Amino acid sequence: MFVINCPYCGERDQTEFSCHGEAHIARPDNPAEVSDEEWGEYLFFRNNPKGIHFERWTHDHGCRRWFNVMRDTVSDKIIKTYKMGDQKPGVTDV
Amino acid sequence: MSNQNRTMYGGRIDRGKVINFVFNGKKYKGFHGDTLASALLANDVHLVGRSFKYHRARGILTAGSEEPNAIVQLGLGARTEPNMRATEIELYEGLEAASQNCWPSVNYDIGSLNNVLSSIFPAGFYYKTFKWPPSLWLFYEHFIRKAAGLGHSPTAKNPDRYEQKFYYCDLTIVGGGISGLLSALAAGRSGCSVLLIDENPELGGYLLDYNFSINEKDGIKWIKNIVDELYSMDNVRILKRTTAMGYYDYNYLTALEKVTNHCDQLSKTLPRERYWRVRSKKIVLAQGAFERPLVFADNDRPGIMMASAGKKYLSRYGVLPGKSVVLFTNNDHAYQTAFEFNDKGAKLSVVDTRENIDSRIQKKCEDLGIKLYSSSSIISTSGNKKVNQIEVQKVDRKQNELSGECITLDTDCILMSGGWNPAVQLFSQSRGKLRYDNLLNTFVPDKLIQDQIIIGCNNGCFDLSKNLNHSYQEGLNVAKDLNYEIADSINWSGEEEISFTESSVEPYMLGKKKVTKGSKHFIDFQNDVTASDIFLAQREGYISVEHTKRYTTTGMGTDQGKTSNVNALALMSHIHDKPVDEIGHTTFRPPFSPQTFGAIAGRSVDHLFDPERRTSIHKWHEENNAVFEDVGQWKRPYYFPKKKENIHDAVKRECLAVRNSLGMLDASTLGKIDLRGPDTTKFLNMIYTNAWSKLEIGSCRYGLMCNEHGMIFDDGVTTRLGEDHYHMTTTTGGAARVISWLEEFLQTEWLDMEVFCTSVTEQWTVLSISGPNSRKFLQELTDIDLSKENFPFMKFREGKVCGIDSRVFRISFTGELSFEVNVPSRYGRFVWEQFMQHGKKYNITPYGTETMHVLRAEKGFIIVGQDTDGSVTPMDMNMDWIVSKKKQDFLGKRSFTRPDTLRSDRKKFVGLLVNDKKTVLPEGSHIVEKVLKQPPMKMLGHVTSSYYSPILGHPIALAMVKNGTNRLGEKVEIPLMNGKVIEATIADTVFYDKEGNKNNE
Repeated sequence: MFVINCPYCGERDQTEFSCHGEAHIARPDNPAEVSDEEWGEYLFFRNNPKGIHFERWTHDHGCRRWFNVMRDTVSDKIIKTYKMGDQKPGVTDV
Repeated sequence: MSNQNRTMYGGRIDRGKVINFVFNGKKYKGFHGDTLASALLANDVHLVGRSFKYHRARGILTAGSEEPNAIVQLGLGARTEPNMRATEIELYEGLEAASQNCWPSVNYDIGSLNNVLSSIFPAGFYYKTFKWPPSLWLFYEHFIRKAAGLGHSPTAKNPDRYEQKFYYCDLTIVGGGISGLLSALAAGRSGCSVLLIDENPELGGYLLDYNFSINEKDGIKWIKNIVDELYSMDNVRILKRTTAMGYYDYNYLTALEKVTNHCDQLSKTLPRERYWRVRSKKIVLAQGAFERPLVFADNDRPGIMMASAGKKYLSRYGVLPGKSVVLFTNNDHAYQTAFEFNDKGAKLSVVDTRENIDSRIQKKCEDLGIKLYSSSSIISTSGNKKVNQIEVQKVDRKQNELSGECITLDTDCILMSGGWNPAVQLFSQSRGKLRYDNLLNTFVPDKLIQDQIIIGCNNGCFDLSKNLNHSYQEGLNVAKDLNYEIADSINWSGEEEISFTESSVEPYMLGKKKVTKGSKHFIDFQNDVTASDIFLAQREGYISVEHTKRYTTTGMGTDQGKTSNVNALALMSHIHDKPVDEIGHTTFRPPFSPQTFGAIAGRSVDHLFDPERRTSIHKWHEENNAVFEDVGQWKRPYYFPKKKENIHDAVKRECLAVRNSLGMLDASTLGKIDLRGPDTTKFLNMIYTNAWSKLEIGSCRYGLMCNEHGMIFDDGVTTRLGEDHYHMTTTTGGAARVISWLEEFLQTEWLDMEVFCTSVTEQWTVLSISGPNSRKFLQELTDIDLSKENFPFMKFREGKVCGIDSRVFRISFTGELSFEVNVPSRYGRFVWEQFMQHGKKYNITPYGTETMHVLRAEKGFIIVGQDTDGSVTPMDMNMDWIVSKKKQDFLGKRSFTRPDTLRSDRKKFVGLLVNDKKTVLPEGSHIVEKVLKQPPMKMLGHVTSSYYSPILGHPIALAMVKNGTNRLGEKVEIPLMNGKVIEATIADTVFYDKEGNKNNE
């Protein structure tokens, strides 16, 4: 059970949040122009790394805002939380 | 004779308070402060239960939460609890308990035949014997479960209340022995907020039973002073009778507090148990250690117990469990127990596996007249319901065998001590790593993962002075880490009569010959796992520790191997001739002890399990005999039966009322979202499949939402209220999902769009009036001009209805002329009642969701989630008309051209008419071309909606059928569960008013 630092509200219990899978999956700008394969990649394929993972969370029972979480899947340590639209942190940034 | 084993004086019981209790139907007396176990021993009751598999007579092994044998059924009726440890149950007036797993009684137990036949019940017996034929397993299982049982669960509903508590603090300390107390003291004095948890009714830990001094003062008084000081601190909270159950990530701890379990009267104000969910910055583990049993032949008879348990019964409860006592040990510490027993008048002998015994101990034994057998082992015990005799033989270490003459001793109590195992369960749960300590012959904490500290015996340190200083210092360190001003350091020194030192524990394992033959050397008492079972598992290839555990069941059960795990691993190491570290250990998982479901559920039971949502008209529905249906969290009227009507009669009446005159539906539960902002139109164009740019202010439009896979996800009517202002409706069950969906795209994908979404579901009460008389009826109550010319279909108007400012939408889900009147919720019931009153002349009929479903099915209108299931596109539903060809992009569009969504044999939405004109098909029925005698046969699809249509006078159904739109008029077959086969014909989805004239009236 994590303690998550919501970028808008501060530290809260995990029970207030839900996770929505991998972050930084951009919707293609013009879907009509992408191939079936590229579209399939966007729809279905996600990373499942052992180590650093970027994921989307919402503070459902709080501010209802979406934000991103950088988490180590081995230690389950949350390394960083940041707002939507913020630059994806590099491993060396933290 | 009562309390015949009670000493004349001593103990921490209140001899002035006699407590009456019943065990196995017989009345006994104990004292306030007793446990059930101590009171039974005081009354010379040793046979307490029967073992799991062999139904062997079992007594009381320990005096704490690790007890594997003395588990009982506690209490009666709805409050009865199985598998309760007699060693933990505090005695209260009127307590009733009974032995488990025996029939007809614990003294004469038929199941004990298993013991005689035990050679045919080795490890894996059930797996090997009952695996074939598979169909008979359920039959076998019934008898196996009956024979190999623990207690029984209550059949009636538990009447008690359970609470949950969320708690945040700087430091949680698990364990209120001297180590935990000192850490709490140091942190508490420094100002930290501290939570101290202990599973016992009294703080002080195992030292309460021993003679010791701290800084040259009496130890027991010293404990009392510290406890008093802790209770005086506002920043320290102490929970007794509370067991830490789970240790999760980020120092999240769960604990079960037994609030009133030990009271004879149930409290009106207090719960029975309280479940704590604690998050603290630091956690100190100070749980101490469990004494380890020794493995020898028939080491499970009643009268055989742990040395420390014997000490506790004698010192704390004033109970002398035996008069002629043998101590069997491999360490010095247990001698304290022997001397104490000797002091209280028992005749003592000691069997010590070690060759070299401390000369001071030898001298003391000699002085007290205690016969000491060094380098020896107990090789057998006898006594049917209680141990009465043992055999002792010399251990030849070089040969790893027993040798020499067998000596026979009479005894009524064996105290055994194989050393101590730190209680590493919680530490291991927290992902802390263990290592095997070759001096202690057990696993001790090695690597800490979380923000935690482990102290005292729990950390594998048994030196009293070291523990005192370390524990206090760690309390100060926590305070320092958390930036408190730390209290003064103190130097502590402690002294025990005989201390437990690492170097004096000798690993003890029996010679191979004796282990494999003859009697049972129990490793796991609760699961009846013997040494020979472990040998067998290794021979049969279950060599990994995880396999051995599952094959033999060692370490399973309600005690989770608290007494057995280390011995099992040591034996595996012995068999494979490998260090124990290489054998490894299984992972400990929560809970630490059995815990009630009641506590986990807390108050989230019955009507509090899930929030119940009611419309503003709910009370009226109740008063008017509505039968309710759950739709999401909402309670919706299902139908409104009159006197003797059943559901069919009522729905038929309600349907015909709408078609012929006037009906009214409480549609308040529809999801309603208020959308505002300059980019709202652009946003709707992305969210819905159809185009929104040209929708005029004051107009309504039906829309379908798809997910990115192109599958229908929700639908509803959205109305343009102003240039940048829309009112969106969603399905009742999908409202929360839809607003989250909108927010997801606004917050993560289109951050530049300025749109604000607000849920207004509960702000509006919606009265949907429908039927040919609805215009005439409503015109009499409103200032809005409802004429066909001024208020056409799919338009919106504002005005007064029954004097209330209202929003009226001319939309229809029944196919009849309809108006949806939205009034602020506080006027909902008022307007509803005005409508009922005024509508009498039109025979206004309130209708429920079932009638709504029938009416919409007659028109072929879909219900998302009933006719669709997340795998259908708008085209599958023949709704190509609502998918814009012109829009560049919207959610789901790209997926419409994926090869799978373009397949020509996809299931399509069709109508279905049964050929017999009377069978209402069960929803979900499979549709096949032709029913064959045996599968496989060609599956075509399934029935999604099915009703009897009162206006048409025959059943109608909607279905998803492969290539269905090209099969109109074809015959299909539907096999029913009862074996009957129904023929049906594929039809159009619109059954009534195909031209759609009615709602355009």
